[in-house]
Amino acid sequence: MATTETPAPTTPRAAQAALPQIVAHTVERPGTGWTSWLTTTDHKKIGIMYLVLTFVFFILGGVEALLIRLQLAQANNTLLTPQTYNELFTLHGTTMVFLFVVPVWAGFGNYFVPLMIGARDMAFPKLNAMSFWMLLMGGIVFYASIFYSPPECGWTCYSPLSSSEYLPTAGVDAWIFLIHLTGISSLIGAINFYATIANMRAPGMGWGRLPLFVWAVLTYAVLLILALPVIAGAVTLLLTDRNFGTHFYDASSGGSPLLWQHLFWFFGHPEVYIMILPGFGVVSEILPVFARKPIFGYKAIAAATVVIAFLGLLVWAHHMFATPSPTIVLVFFMMSSFLIAVPTGVKIFNWIATLWRGTIEYKTPLLFCAGFLGTFLIGGITGVFLAVFPVDWQLTDTYFVVAHLHYVLVGGSVFTIFAALYYWFPKMTGRMMSEGLGRASFWTMLVGFHTTFFVQHAIGLDGMPRRIYEYDDVGNLELYNLISTFGSFILAAGIGLTIINVYRSLKRGATAGPDPWKGNTLEWYTQSPPPANNFDSVPRIRSVEPMKDIRRQVARQAMSAEPMVPVASATTAPEQGLQPS
Amino acid sequence: MPGVAAADFWTPESGGSSNADAIDNLYKFVLAIGAVIFFGVEGALFYSLWKFKARKGAVAAQIRGNTRLEIAWTVGAAVIVVVLAVATFAALPSIRNPETSAKDGLDLATSGVAQGVLVASGPTKKLPPDGKSLNIKVNGQQYLWRYTYPDGDDNTLNNPFSYEEMVVPTETTVTLDIEAQDVAHSWWIPKLGGKFDAIPGYTNYTWFKVPQKMEGTTFTGQCAELCGRNHANMTARVRAVSPTDFEAFIAQRRKDTKAADEAAAKQRKEVEAPAADQPAADETSGPTATPLP
Repeated sequence: MATTETPAPTTPRAAQAALPQIVAHTVERPGTGWTSWLTTTDHKKIGIMYLVLTFVFFILGGVEALLIRLQLAQANNTLLTPQTYNELFTLHGTTMVFLFVVPVWAGFGNYFVPLMIGARDMAFPKLNAMSFWMLLMGGIVFYASIFYSPPECGWTCYSPLSSSEYLPTAGVDAWIFLIHLTGISSLIGAINFYATIANMRAPGMGWGRLPLFVWAVLTYAVLLILALPVIAGAVTLLLTDRNFGTHFYDASSGGSPLLWQHLFWFFGHPEVYIMILPGFGVVSEILPVFARKPIFGYKAIAAATVVIAFLGLLVWAHHMFATPSPTIVLVFFMMSSFLIAVPTGVKIFNWIATLWRGTIEYKTPLLFCAGFLGTFLIGGITGVFLAVFPVDWQLTDTYFVVAHLHYVLVGGSVFTIFAALYYWFPKMTGRMMSEGLGRASFWTMLVGFHTTFFVQHAIGLDGMPRRIYEYDDVGNLELYNLISTFGSFILAAGIGLTIINVYRSLKRGATAGPDPWKGNTLEWYTQSPPPANNFDSVPRIRSVEPMKDIRRQVARQAMSAEPMVPVASATTAPEQGLQPS
Repeated sequence: MPGVAAADFWTPESGGSSNADAIDNLYKFVLAIGAVIFFGVEGALFYSLWKFKARKGAVAAQIRGNTRLEIAWTVGAAVIVVVLAVATFAALPSIRNPETSAKDGLDLATSGVAQGVLVASGPTKKLPPDGKSLNIKVNGQQYLWRYTYPDGDDNTLNNPFSYEEMVVPTETTVTLDIEAQDVAHSWWIPKLGGKFDAIPGYTNYTWFKVPQKMEGTTFTGQCAELCGRNHANMTARVRAVSPTDFEAFIAQRRKDTKAADEAAAKQRKEVEAPAADQPAADETSGPTATPLP
């Protein structure tokens, strides 16, 4: 446990020896076995645990999705009971949002933010471990409900359906505790990210030289800090309504069901950007590396991230266009939702401009980023449809919305998560993933994804609401649904290929070396996998692409055999980071 | 469900009312703009991916940005947004504001059905320019819809009503007061316009006017807000009939209700007959036997 605590013992010894650099990687015997994982405060181990846990939940959520699709493959199917069906989509939505996409970014952030800014660990290592264990507890508390009665009210848990009168079983309470536990996990994680990024950057790494993924994680952290207390309050009111006789959401006693919707979406829409912004960050890291070209408009992309986060706090009621709300409310939220399309569009243009006149190397991470760009664009465009509130009156709560949200969350977030996995796997394990399997996985996922979800736009336009366990075969509904189900199994097969790839590459992957992609950022400066102390030395940062600078310097050195510019000592990096840089 | 049969791949359902058509047109405008953006951006993306594939000897241009270009596409995106907003505001009145009923619709001034029931137009509730509409109350409950038709007075306890299938006259502006009595529901007949949530404690409003050529059509829809296990079975139908048939329908409903009330009263009397010496006889005018006008 203490390996991450204090690097102190080395410094005096090093000082006695009067060496300019510390060469020891660890100062204590590294822990082994499962207890070393249970007790660790190392951001890399915690990051790995986050990734493993969230991928387990991803698989669970995926199986739930396949069951849902099986039920809908035929009109008036009787495979699942209405109760089981409602439980499944509640489990699926809640799992994917709270137990996969949000925490998987905490996993990547945990592993890579300290490495990318040249820090030894997160600012608060013990708090970091607590974040992880709270997430696990939240997942256990929630999934334990499958042994009694899972909630049936959807991941939005609208009141009054979620009240004890209509759902008296404890499933909703389990859901509330999941929100609280994962909320605490994310909240302290967010504070940790903020403190780490604000204080522990390498010398010379000003805000204008912060990697764009770190910008994205910083924004993710701020959004979590702003949005999570609201949902925590909202579910606490729901908890007291259900168990202690209050009536916050009960219209018959002066409460308001609309209050729940406002509070939920005040959190829920920023949550959307919490799930997608780190993915944007990943794309902004990967495209320049594989196009061999600097990111186009670094400042514009960083600024767009912050603007999206700000506007993302002001669009929540576009989820409520069909509620009894005054026209002025509808107009305001339509306009704010339109506005958010502008910085998002700017990002997409900047990414394409990054590819422009580059020399693009078609490795799997780049394929997933390209797939993301092409797919997310469709989700962005259908988002504009939904922002036009009279049009939304036809589209909301139908399969059109289901299609839209999966275009942004699967085509958007999940594709970038896979890009991040393929990009950073060599760093985390020291081994390369198979390119062949990676490519096969990408193409299968892309085809499966569009087969599943594109047709769902038409299903919604033809009048099929979401969250119904059966439907009549009117028009082409059964055909469309069958296509969608067929696609979902292709998508699952594609995901399966990546899981096989991970499993095989862990044992048999080619040795990666410190910098297999010729990366731009500091994580490629250290070994793969990095030692417990991350860096022995951290170079002074002079640009957004420190590794490119270093490679140039090495090349120049080789040419002229000049002495290398001295580098700062690594083990003192946290202290250095505390100084204003 | 014949009403939803005309499956349309790219656009929403319409054809049952002018506001649904107006939504459909606005949607098509947004779709057209979306298609231009889609082909433009995907074209640029695929061209870049194809054209700038790493080849032997190719060197990546080290461009870090272009402020003018970036300002240009920011402004471009903003202009598209403004165009969309203008189009929406232009289309809004035809979607939001009810039309006046046509001459061959139900005569709302003289018909015994809707006579005298004028509800003030408010910030959310809109009425036709002449202030007259056939105002039907829609009540969502697990798992069916109840419709209460107007009868010309303020007492709504004795009004004609129906479940699941709403009958409306053609060419007549029908305004709906949408409410829920248990959990939240959402009223939606795709061909008659958008969704309006029925939320306990609130009243939501919409309207439609079925053209004469759709006489005899039954429009189908279903609850669009998750309301419990049988949410999928909470269906709704709107049957459009001629104004004459509508009046006949209301008359029939009244007759049926009266007959049922009388039958219930009679039955009660029979049940209570052995205990006729007790003062309970007065209860025949109790809540089940509501007097009709």
